Amino acid sequence: MAGFLFWDMKTSFWHQRQTRRWLYQLALMLGLLALLAWLLSNTLANMKARGIQSGFDFLWANAGFDIGESMIAFDSSEPYWRAFGVGLLNTLRVSVVGIVFCSILGTMIGVGRVSHNALARGLGYAYTELFRNVPVLLQLLIWYVLLVEFMPDSQSPLHFNDWFYLSKNGFSFPVPVWESSSNSLVWDVPLWFDGEISQGISLTPEFLAITLGLSFYTSAFVAEVVRAGIVSVPRGQLEAAKSIGLSNWQTTRQVLLPQAMRVIIPPLTNQYLNLTKNSSLAVAIGYPDLVSISNTALNQTGRAVECIALIMAVYLCLSLGTSALMNAFNQRMAIRER
Amino acid sequence: MKNSPIKAALGGAAAIGFTLLFSASAWAGKTLDTIKQRDQMVCGVNTGLAGFGAADSQGKWTGLDVDVCRAVAAAVLGSGDKVRYVPLSAPQRFTALQSGEIDMLSRNTTFTLTRDASLGLHQTAVTFYDGQGFMVPVKGGIKSAKQLKNATVCVQSGTTTEKNLTDFSKANNLAIKPVVFEKLEAANAAYFAGRCKAYTTDASGLASIRSKEAKDPKEHAILPELISKEPLGPLVRRGDDEWFAIVKWVIYGLVEAEEYGITAANIEKLKAESTDPVVMRLLGKSDDTGKLLGLDREWLVRAITTSGNYGEIFERNVGEKTPLALKRGPNAQWAKGGLQYAPPIR
Repeated sequence: MAGFLFWDMKTSFWHQRQTRRWLYQLALMLGLLALLAWLLSNTLANMKARGIQSGFDFLWANAGFDIGESMIAFDSSEPYWRAFGVGLLNTLRVSVVGIVFCSILGTMIGVGRVSHNALARGLGYAYTELFRNVPVLLQLLIWYVLLVEFMPDSQSPLHFNDWFYLSKNGFSFPVPVWESSSNSLVWDVPLWFDGEISQGISLTPEFLAITLGLSFYTSAFVAEVVRAGIVSVPRGQLEAAKSIGLSNWQTTRQVLLPQAMRVIIPPLTNQYLNLTKNSSLAVAIGYPDLVSISNTALNQTGRAVECIALIMAVYLCLSLGTSALMNAFNQRMAIRER
Repeated sequence: MKNSPIKAALGGAAAIGFTLLFSASAWAGKTLDTIKQRDQMVCGVNTGLAGFGAADSQGKWTGLDVDVCRAVAAAVLGSGDKVRYVPLSAPQRFTALQSGEIDMLSRNTTFTLTRDASLGLHQTAVTFYDGQGFMVPVKGGIKSAKQLKNATVCVQSGTTTEKNLTDFSKANNLAIKPVVFEKLEAANAAYFAGRCKAYTTDASGLASIRSKEAKDPKEHAILPELISKEPLGPLVRRGDDEWFAIVKWVIYGLVEAEEYGITAANIEKLKAESTDPVVMRLLGKSDDTGKLLGLDREWLVRAITTSGNYGEIFERNVGEKTPLALKRGPNAQWAKGGLQYAPPIR
């Protein structure tokens, strides 16, 4: 009985290790929250004292500026939040196209680097080292200069078969569209007239430069990730696969890929996040991404803190979203350990 | 690239954040006292706009905006060389001033209601009356801005220019497509590479860019239309009215000096010999106007000796003998049909 009491005393509520752990965590959390609240209120108070107006109400005011390219119709009399939306869509457009492109290219080069063909290995090596080691901003500027400085002007574009046009105004190509009147797929071909191109799809040099630049830069990293994944699969596994008579394709599909994937996906996620975040460099070459639009909004309204907070929140959401998707993908691809 | 765009944006945010956080008590202090204490004035200028604010290969800053900084520094500290220049991109400039990083912003900045009323800043006096114009390659054959239908136009972000362009495009049904760059240098490069049909900014800026950046300035024409009013001048922070008054009156002093024929060259002679009551007052021989501003008697003498009067500053930096070759136009003295009209220094 006495022994029981003693035990009870020693591990009463305050003395339990579990409780104390929780309390420390709670105190730390409250401390952080208090610090955050103080930072916020102090900033606001100081801004008020200096007569700097603050708040997110400006998002509903007329933007009053045009945006060069937009996936949704945008007019300068629409509110700022729509302008931010246009910027976000432009950022997503670069990110999605870039991610798809860099994955394909990166996989090809990564596979090339472990190939038995010396030429493929050498080219892959040269490519990776070149694109990995030149700063990405510089690469973007190089692409932009290539696309703008060295292309013919729109009066005399490079054209191929009257289907593809390339000039200082960008790249135009045909797309298949569904024509309801004839119930068939027809090609919507670009029409060139006196320097203007109508119909088809036209991509601006800004979009091309940012997408190509980021894709090539990131694909070098993806190639390394893929190579690491392939090399990580023990030789014995492949030899075992051969010895039981699996074909090359079966070996790759059933033995190599499942094991390589679990090494590849987590660092690949990182590269996708990097690409998305690097897309903010678009502002340097005049592509109207989220940062560019937000810069303009910041300057028209003077709401620096708000605009930067918005950008941070959006990139945070994009990154967390990408991570969540890739984690789900990883779970599906991961080998169930038995 | 000295500053990446994100760095600039985040730098701006960090600057405002940190200074707002940690300088609460320092805020109430007088800018003048701080400047005197560190014996240096900090002036925000353009990253490189020939004629207004640009550094040469030796790092020496020149330009109309720079000369205004020098004149203020001379009035306050006794020497026009006691200035540290902080080159600022358009999106950075207001944050730098709000956060106290600079004492005054002299960076071809347009005065508008929004900027005056919501940024916690004061607009001092207009040092240059400007208007937004367009520059086009001569070979394109465009003679009027109204011909810019569906045209791509290169423009720098963070300026009043973007909105003016949109207003003009809308009013004339032109559907102009802006290509917006954060850096002036990037916008210039894109235009001269042929990305855009036209380039738009303040007419003075166009002249500056054409003279400095074009391979052959004759290949580019500035169109006759001015689509906006752009009164440019220095800004200071709100909350320090004395400093506001000093900057404002140094500029007025330079303008009035031109009106009464006081130049850097003849100022000593006039000081010794002039009997004109206005000149005597300007040069501190009769009334002590400096005392009211918290300065000494000779404040304006030093400002004029350092930078010359307003007319001299104009001619030296942007006038007809410079590569910019701008006429006085609206920047002439009021008595000569211009807009430069200084309230009396008395």
